[in-house]
Amino acid sequence: MIDREAYFSKRHPIAFPIWQRAVIGIAGAGGLGSIVASSLARAGIGKIIIADFDTVSLENLNRQQFTLQQIGEAKVHALASNIAGFNPFIIIEPHLVKVTPANIETLFGGCDIMIEAFDDADQKEMLIHKWMENYPAKPIIGASGISGYGNNESISIHRYDKLYIVGDLQSKLEDGISPIATRVAIIANMQANLALELLAPHNQEGNDNG
Amino acid sequence: MIMDKPSFIVNGHKLPWQEGLVVRDALTMMTYTFKMLVIKVNGKLVKKGDYDSTPIPLNAEVEVIHLISGG
Repeated sequence: MIDREAYFSKRHPIAFPIWQRAVIGIAGAGGLGSIVASSLARAGIGKIIIADFDTVSLENLNRQQFTLQQIGEAKVHALASNIAGFNPFIIIEPHLVKVTPANIETLFGGCDIMIEAFDDADQKEMLIHKWMENYPAKPIIGASGISGYGNNESISIHRYDKLYIVGDLQSKLEDGISPIATRVAIIANMQANLALELLAPHNQEGNDNG
Repeated sequence: MIMDKPSFIVNGHKLPWQEGLVVRDALTMMTYTFKMLVIKVNGKLVKKGDYDSTPIPLNAEVEVIHLISGG
């Protein structure tokens, strides 16, 4: 049995308790989603709800946080299992389902922040529109323009009120070439990092950049 | 006194404005060809089905965000 106090030692005194009470929704458990979920779980988010209908395939291993042994498993279940391997206290709610306008409220209505981690642009558009219509006061963090490698300086956070888009907003997928691990991981972690900051803004009394 | 020509802004670019412009016209004027978009006019989200019917007010600020596959 892992000691909870020992596991959660040396955490930020103000931000960490806020993160522990937070519920984050992640739509998609692929390149972006598997990294967002892992980083948020390590940072100390209390609960993650994640939905994806896909299974792990060999070609996913170039960027997604799965193993050879997990090929054929549902991504959401493989991811929940991987996270349980390093954080026994987080609550992961995996949903093996395609996200549609009809199930967004049921799946993610209880989330404080939504993270769009889809691959397909039409799914990105669907979720962002639906979320902003249903929950105009709740942040949604999407990604657009993640392909290729290098060009670190082109990646930034574009803010439009409660909608945040991370990426370069222009790099398109080239036919037959997957997104590449490094750039996907940077953008996924910028999404996760922004979610932490939105939950516990630095201007709160006593908080700092540490 | 010289009056500025009527205009509106799309993603920071100043475009000539005229009565009757709708969101779809702004996309055409900018030669945007992406299909998957989030569009805001003066900060307000324009629904997907309303691009042909949502007017662009004088001096409007229009934001068009392209959603590109990859994840």
